Amino acid sequence: MASALINVPKKAKRGEIIEIKTLMSHIMETGYRRTATGALVPRDIITSFTCRYNGVEIFRADLFPAIAANPFISFFTVATESGKFDFEWTGDEGFTETASAAISVE
Amino acid sequence: MRRSNNSSRRQFLGLAGGAAVIGAVPIITLRRSEATPAMLASAIRNVVGAAVVQTGRVKIDVPPLVENGNTVPMTVTVTSPMTADDYVKSIHVFNEKNPQPNIGNFYLGPRAGRGQISTRIRLADSQKIVAIAQLSDGSFWSVSADVVVTLAACTEEVI
Repeated sequence: MASALINVPKKAKRGEIIEIKTLMSHIMETGYRRTATGALVPRDIITSFTCRYNGVEIFRADLFPAIAANPFISFFTVATESGKFDFEWTGDEGFTETASAAISVE
Repeated sequence: MRRSNNSSRRQFLGLAGGAAVIGAVPIITLRRSEATPAMLASAIRNVVGAAVVQTGRVKIDVPPLVENGNTVPMTVTVTSPMTADDYVKSIHVFNEKNPQPNIGNFYLGPRAGRGQISTRIRLADSQKIVAIAQLSDGSFWSVSADVVVTLAACTEEVI
């Protein structure tokens, strides 16, 4: 169901600072909203996001209900070597989703 | 002629009064699930412990006036050389008046290259946002920004 949108430059020079943008489709239900009948809608959010560069963790985030639906996270890293970025989102109700992107560094 | 004018004015005032009463109800329900400045202080305490938080080096980019609190773009930038022995360890963002005080914790490292993160957040009310950065030497730096929100997020009714 859920799907990710990743933006990583395909090529970079060694030592260059690159921006990584990620977007994950998710409702991020806060757990504070009520239906018209007054019942509380249970919380359903992504709680954690991790990015690994060739297996080494370079960025991690803890998310809370105050993050908007379809969480967008962007951050930077130094392009050190060609390889792969692995992204992982985990959340409530057993939600896990992964994505990856390749980069070639000259 | 004059009489009918008067009665329509009376009707209008009556309607306006009724609308004001209806409008007041959601404000009361919002207040109930608000984080208090004390909750904000204790959330910050949980992160920084007993350390002293200094002001400066951190910048929050967020629109000062927001129409829709459901998605507010926010960028936090920390001034740091980002070398192997002087870098930003983590960035923590808090709010004052959402139902709970945390927005997000972001863990960077020496490989980040730039001490900056962007995301989109929810704001339930016009309020203060606080960003705290922990540097590699263990020091904490903070900044706050005020945002005015016209349409609140988080607690609205599901239709």
